[in-house]
Amino acid sequence: MLFKKMSMELDVFVGNTTVLDEDVYQLWLDGQTVTDAVRIRIEAGALQECEANAEVLLSDTMDQFRTFQMCERLLQSPSKVANQLLFQIPPHRQTMLIERYYEFDSMFAREVLGKKLSKGTKKDLDDIGSKTGIVLKSCRRQFDNFKRVFKVVEELKGPLVENIQRHFLLSDVLARDYAAIVFFANSRFETGKRKLQYLSFQDFAFCAGQLISYWTVGAVDNVVENMDVDLEKEFLHDLKDLKVLVNDKDMLDQHKSLVCAQLRGKIKVFSEMEASFKNLSRALVNIASKLTHTKDVRDLFIDLVEKFIEPCRSDKWTIGDLRLFLTHYSSSVHTLEAFRRQVIWDRYMGVIKSCILKMYHD
Amino acid sequence: MPGKLKAKIVAGRHLPVMDRASDLTDAFVEVKFGNTTFKTDVYPKSLNPQWNSEWFKFEVDDEDLQDEPLQITVLDHDTYSANDAIGKVYIDIDPLLCSEAATVISGWLPIYDTIHGIRGEINVLVKVDLFNDLNRFRQSSCGVKFFCTTSIPRCYRAVMVHGFVEELVVNEDPEYQWIDRIRTPRASNEARQRLIFLMSGELQRKIGLKVLEMGGNAVVGYLQCFDLEGETGLVVRAIGTACTLEKISTLPATATHPSNSSPSKDMKEPGFGEEAPGVPLSSGPPTPLRAQTFSSFSPSKSYSRQSSSSDTELSLTPKTGMGSGGSAGKEAGPLKALLRQQTQSALEQREYPFFTLTAFPPGFLLHVGGVVSARSVKLLDRIHNPDEPETRDAWWEEIRQEIKSHAKALGCHAVVGYSESTSICEEVCILSASGTAAILSSRFMQDGSLDTEHRFEEVVPPGCGFCHIPYDELNIPFPAQLTYCYCCRRYKVPDVLFTTIDLPTEANVTGKGCLIQARLCRTKKKAQGEGNATAISNLLPFLEYELHTQLMNKLKLRGMNALFGLRIQISVGETMLLGLASATGVYLTALPSPGGIQVAGKTPSDITYEQHISNMQKKINDTISKNKELHEINPPEVVEEIIGSPIPEPRQRSRLFRSHSESSDEVSELDLSHGKKDAFVLEIDDTDAVEDIHALLTDSPTPAGFYSCNTEIMPGIQNWTSAIQMFTSVRVFRLNANLTNQGLNKIFSDLCENLLKSLYFKLRSMVPCCLCHLNFTVAIPEDELIQVAVTAVAMSFDKEQSLENGKQSGEKTLIKAITENDEQLQFNLELNAETSSPNPLSSPKGLSEVGSHPSARDRCSSWIEQLKLKAHTIRRGSVKTTSSLEKASPLPEGRSRSLRSNRSYSGSSVAVVKMTPLSFIPGAKIIKYLGIINMFFIRETTSLREEGGVSGFLHTFIAEVFAMVRAHVAALGGNAVVSYSMKECVFMENPNKNQAQCLINVSGDAVIFIQESELESTSVQTQSATTHTSNGGEGT
Repeated sequence: MLFKKMSMELDVFVGNTTVLDEDVYQLWLDGQTVTDAVRIRIEAGALQECEANAEVLLSDTMDQFRTFQMCERLLQSPSKVANQLLFQIPPHRQTMLIERYYEFDSMFAREVLGKKLSKGTKKDLDDIGSKTGIVLKSCRRQFDNFKRVFKVVEELKGPLVENIQRHFLLSDVLARDYAAIVFFANSRFETGKRKLQYLSFQDFAFCAGQLISYWTVGAVDNVVENMDVDLEKEFLHDLKDLKVLVNDKDMLDQHKSLVCAQLRGKIKVFSEMEASFKNLSRALVNIASKLTHTKDVRDLFIDLVEKFIEPCRSDKWTIGDLRLFLTHYSSSVHTLEAFRRQVIWDRYMGVIKSCILKMYHD
Repeated sequence: MPGKLKAKIVAGRHLPVMDRASDLTDAFVEVKFGNTTFKTDVYPKSLNPQWNSEWFKFEVDDEDLQDEPLQITVLDHDTYSANDAIGKVYIDIDPLLCSEAATVISGWLPIYDTIHGIRGEINVLVKVDLFNDLNRFRQSSCGVKFFCTTSIPRCYRAVMVHGFVEELVVNEDPEYQWIDRIRTPRASNEARQRLIFLMSGELQRKIGLKVLEMGGNAVVGYLQCFDLEGETGLVVRAIGTACTLEKISTLPATATHPSNSSPSKDMKEPGFGEEAPGVPLSSGPPTPLRAQTFSSFSPSKSYSRQSSSSDTELSLTPKTGMGSGGSAGKEAGPLKALLRQQTQSALEQREYPFFTLTAFPPGFLLHVGGVVSARSVKLLDRIHNPDEPETRDAWWEEIRQEIKSHAKALGCHAVVGYSESTSICEEVCILSASGTAAILSSRFMQDGSLDTEHRFEEVVPPGCGFCHIPYDELNIPFPAQLTYCYCCRRYKVPDVLFTTIDLPTEANVTGKGCLIQARLCRTKKKAQGEGNATAISNLLPFLEYELHTQLMNKLKLRGMNALFGLRIQISVGETMLLGLASATGVYLTALPSPGGIQVAGKTPSDITYEQHISNMQKKINDTISKNKELHEINPPEVVEEIIGSPIPEPRQRSRLFRSHSESSDEVSELDLSHGKKDAFVLEIDDTDAVEDIHALLTDSPTPAGFYSCNTEIMPGIQNWTSAIQMFTSVRVFRLNANLTNQGLNKIFSDLCENLLKSLYFKLRSMVPCCLCHLNFTVAIPEDELIQVAVTAVAMSFDKEQSLENGKQSGEKTLIKAITENDEQLQFNLELNAETSSPNPLSSPKGLSEVGSHPSARDRCSSWIEQLKLKAHTIRRGSVKTTSSLEKASPLPEGRSRSLRSNRSYSGSSVAVVKMTPLSFIPGAKIIKYLGIINMFFIRETTSLREEGGVSGFLHTFIAEVFAMVRAHVAALGGNAVVSYSMKECVFMENPNKNQAQCLINVSGDAVIFIQESELESTSVQTQSATTHTSNGGEGT
């Protein structure tokens, strides 16, 4: 009855310290409409608080959404948040606002991972939204965040994670995730193939972390000018030299016998291992030697899955077996006297081993 | 050339992109003061220019220094076309003109544009070199301090309170000049902003001159308002209380000077028993004249005569203070007194014994008569000479005279808590003034250099003295039920007390208080000119009467007996009048317990009807008892009186007010000071009454953990944490249908209730908390639109300590009283027998031995112990605060936070500036007042939808205003604004054209505070020993 006789034309609440409700912030970040947000809050029992009614809740939600919208411009360049004058927000709340704004759904990130962060992809957001159940508005925000971070750090020198942290004031964990996204987007790793679908964002993020830490220019040389985003060309080139491990028949046999000697009785799939050793070794070394081509770099993960993980899986290797095998496979190369590329080998195998172990699951 | 103003432009940051091609800006700055302009170099292609300019020097008269703002304009250089303005900064340099305030303005200030809002920031340095000018006929009043605070500012001591100062200036409103048709909205807005800056400067200077003339050095309770009359002009008017203030040395207060913390202490000398202590109206013989007059009075003196004489005395005071000083007056003695008597009538014409203060130094406020108010309806288009202030001066004069005579009728010689306001709709203007009739002690009325014998010490039983009636019992100006004071049992008190002032700190209060609002809408026919004015005049008395009845009923419903901070606002629109009365209800221990509300039916024959009545009665009774529980109202004695109070005859209902409201045509008057129990019989003889009762019961109680009041402090809550949240909320409603009065009332009442509910919900993370200074402003911006604006502060308190602290609060007043009274043994001994007032004992042990009253004994059991406890709880409290803050972190700036921020001033991050409408900051000590903040902004948009509609537009604007206030305070070196208020918020929209405009005027006092915990840590040892004194001084 009341609503017919009057209508709210304007309704604002401004606090000297900006009033921020974290739960409502999350709803806003999730891309909910005000109406949905109010419904969700009612379902969560907000009406029990403070003798509220639906009207109060609606007013509060609208007001909060508006506040966040006003803050959004600042959140897009987080360094401004601390020295802007418009909103008085205590530092720990500023941190919360920024961190939450840049947080993303790993489901979403998994879909975008390795794709070119361009406008063309943005049109696909609709599909991703309907696939993952994430509201389109939220997809937009997450995608724009990826793009923004990518654009800023793409050309920057120095360690990737630190660059992201410095420019976007994110926590270490979140900055690492963003580093993964930037890294994947930059190298355009293939992640979308059906066979890779079982891998989660965290799997890839871990792998990206490994690659960034050990295979980029910044990994060996700590000079600030170095770039973290690209793999070290020289190293990739050197990987060609590993071919000798499979091309040289003696070396391959010697390698096999060394590994077999170590693993006998220690793994359940010994016979399967013995049978497929040459194939597996050839797969790993071939992947290494092909990495000079950008196309093959992109296929790194699909290659690992198709050429190594799948064979092992079909032979029902356990993760423990795999770990033992990789450890000895990698270390026994040191006793191959004819092999000169020990350093390159370790740098390669260290990363490959941890990536495979991370990726080896159902 | 008495002054040199120096300004340096350091840098800019976050500038907007002005050149789309390069995404950069070529910025430079124009610095203008008066007619002189300087420019910086162009800093090319940057959004963060570093100008690092030379010092621009302006050599100017101090008169100009007071009137003019420093105007800084940031522009984008354009080689081929005109330079584009990015925005402006107006800097009020007044704070730099006073030696005790700020010395430099330095910091990042938002660059503001009336169309785009804040567009980046600019870092500036401003200084003033002032040469002393001893010219007697000077036009400037540099050095007079201004305070918005309506009490004696915290780090000052009142040496003298001179009295009322007022001034009014008029100018043509730039928006209504012919040129406005051809200039841009930006130019027009800027002309208006600048004009208002100039006018406020001029106004302040003129008021300062009056203060100097009176011999004062400060204006306290400075209230400046704008009347946007439209065609007839733009009026800026101000009122205030001229004082002579003396700075209390700041830091040692805790350790070395226990006495300093109580401002009046120094003046206390052993009193003389010329008159019995505590006699009402015994303002003593402060001047020879009064000594003489009084001595001739018999004990049964005529109060009316006396009040008129004291009236004269008050009116004279400003003159006494002028130049000559009090000692001269004393020497002249009776002769001079005689002269004064002769000039009395002439003086009464000019002088107003008004005080804009709402809180007073201890012992200043003796008795309170009640609320006095006056209203008058005027037609703006009938002003003969609109450019001159005379007509408006005359209007206000008329109203003030009215107020004065009302006060006199109440046997009072002064009006305190005085304020003035207007409401304008088209050519109709309602002028309103209200205050509280009171009797004041002469202590602060003359020079402190008087002999001791004239420094008569007033000894009123603390906590109830102000309730004692100032008027003659046999000659009451209105019917009221008087009883003997429930505290001292010696003097008469009224049954209900309404006032516009804050609750005196010494007042004895039972339980807690709460916000009480009366809301009313009245439809009115559209009319023009004279007819319209008459219609409004005719409606006003009814409006006031109904508001008053509502207040009374609601007060009763809460089981309370007094209202403080009463503010009645009446707004006029084309087709309706809105009335909103807000006040804080309390139960004064000294006043009798209020009777209940009795519902009486007209036709007792009908059984169902009777049942209906009894149901309603039950509901009311339930509400009353529930409310009493809620507000912890358990009067120590005579509880049964409430229940068993005889029900008066129903027919007596409200006869009294009708006669009042018919009394005047243009000026309506209402004495809200009284209330008879019989006013609370609600007769259900018409639907109106049924509605009334429903309306009564619809006010929902505040949610658990919340308290609310519109005064400075909430009785019963002392242990504030440092978590405060000031906020402004604005709502505009559109009425969609033709509504009856009742429909309107319901809607209006629901609006206010819902707004309150929203506030509670918003601030729920601060619970337990109290919304203080909860002041609503209503307006009718357009036909069928109602605008409600609220500015208040939410303050958290520690719940676990509240019980303990209830004791402590008593303790506090007690101790305070002791410090004040301990030298006046002879009076207090006399009082002991009858009163529960604190006992004057020089030795702490003695306290527990005396104290006839059980609760007093309880409270006093051992004050040393209590003090230890207090010191303990303070320390404990700080720990608790932090933890509770973490939990409640969403809202307030916490203690830990503000501590950090205080220290990291020069850091790159922005310093926290607290804002509060109160005169103090909980848990902190104000160590310096930096000057008054008085800012006026206009914001306009032609892309309303793009800015998020009306709400988005106003939300941004209010946030921007806060940001600018904070930045200016920080630039002055301050970390808080106290006594902050939003005086004006005029919002106009035209959604069809996608346009909106808003004007906001805010004011407050910029201060530096330090957390008490910091003080404590420096002097823990001494602190515990002197806690009581510092607390007494804080007077929280």
